Amino acid sequence: MQEYLLMIVAAMFINNIVLIRFMGNCPVVGVTSSVDSALGMGAAVVFVTTMAGTTCWIIQKTILEVLGIEYLQTLVFILVIATLVQFVEILMQKVAPPLYRALGIFLPLITTNCMVFGVSVLNIKEEHSFMETLVFSMASAVGFAIVLLFMAGLRERMDSAGRVPKLLQGVPITLITAGMMGLSFAGLMGLD
Amino acid sequence: MAARIVNEFTKGFWKEIAPLRFALGICPALAVSTKVESALGMGFAVVFVLCMSNVLVSAVRNIVPDKVRIAVFISIIATGVVIVELVMQAYFYPLFLVLGIWIPLIVVNCVVLGRAEAFARKNPVLLSLSDGLGMGLGFTLSLVVISSIREILGDGTWLGMMVLPEAYPGFGFLLRPPGAFVIFGLVLGIMNVISARLENKTA
Repeated sequence: MQEYLLMIVAAMFINNIVLIRFMGNCPVVGVTSSVDSALGMGAAVVFVTTMAGTTCWIIQKTILEVLGIEYLQTLVFILVIATLVQFVEILMQKVAPPLYRALGIFLPLITTNCMVFGVSVLNIKEEHSFMETLVFSMASAVGFAIVLLFMAGLRERMDSAGRVPKLLQGVPITLITAGMMGLSFAGLMGLD
Repeated sequence: MAARIVNEFTKGFWKEIAPLRFALGICPALAVSTKVESALGMGFAVVFVLCMSNVLVSAVRNIVPDKVRIAVFISIIATGVVIVELVMQAYFYPLFLVLGIWIPLIVVNCVVLGRAEAFARKNPVLLSLSDGLGMGLGFTLSLVVISSIREILGDGTWLGMMVLPEAYPGFGFLLRPPGAFVIFGLVLGIMNVISARLENKTA
């Protein structure tokens, strides 16, 4: 149990997927202008990453490794993720229309979020068991959602304060803010 | 025609340089820019995948139905990435170890899919090839600029050679992940200054 707890803290903060492992930066830079959309995007990513991570793990163990075709991992995983996202979209539309209205527009964007794919590959690379895969995928995605949310809040304030120098407005100041945020997250290093 | 090919090639270096202008493909640009050597390796891998995907996407552009085009593009790109992965593992093993997970992650690099969607599916093969080459080299250039700053100021070396005096203590912050974000942001800011100056001159 303690082992999983450590894994959650490590994946969420110490080795934060966005700030330390550099994955999923595009949405952090692009989508974070409002807290509402950051919340929607974050929830959709947690859902899809957990599903994709576990599905890819099962496929790796039951198909790729059994047949000895691990070199097709990249090709297979990305197709699995693309299909999964489509499937989730259709299912959500039928089963939970309110949820679909809230998260639907973010779903197509997630296929090319390098985090989903990256977490799936990391699970295999670090030889996680099925439970570890489940925990790691979810914790990493929550770490992503936290950064997205923090960043959206910071940006809303920075925009309304209007003190950012003209030449750093937009993407540059977002990146510098991310660097500062990364520094404070790095302060937790050593906890594991 | 020749002029257009040259134009599509050169736009990737300044006017539409992907990571710096549109914040596309910034994840690998941040991750592998600790050393110039790994930046170059990553850059050339992306050039290869981008050229291949652009040429193939443009070659099949008239037979692929619009509805399934993204799936087709992704399969083409993933095939290219698998080729790069296997070749690197066989012939450039140290580089393969340094780049690690970032080689398979070229699949989801927004620059590659972005060019397939925005350019290659509407243009003939030759133009797409020159667009892919220009965009890929532009991507490499941005990586080299950022990694040069980080390696020189962080470590005092460039491509492994000492460039600053032996006594330079090094600035470890730049080699750590937060340093990558800050340097990237500052480079973008400097680029904005230069662009603004250039526009003033022509106006």
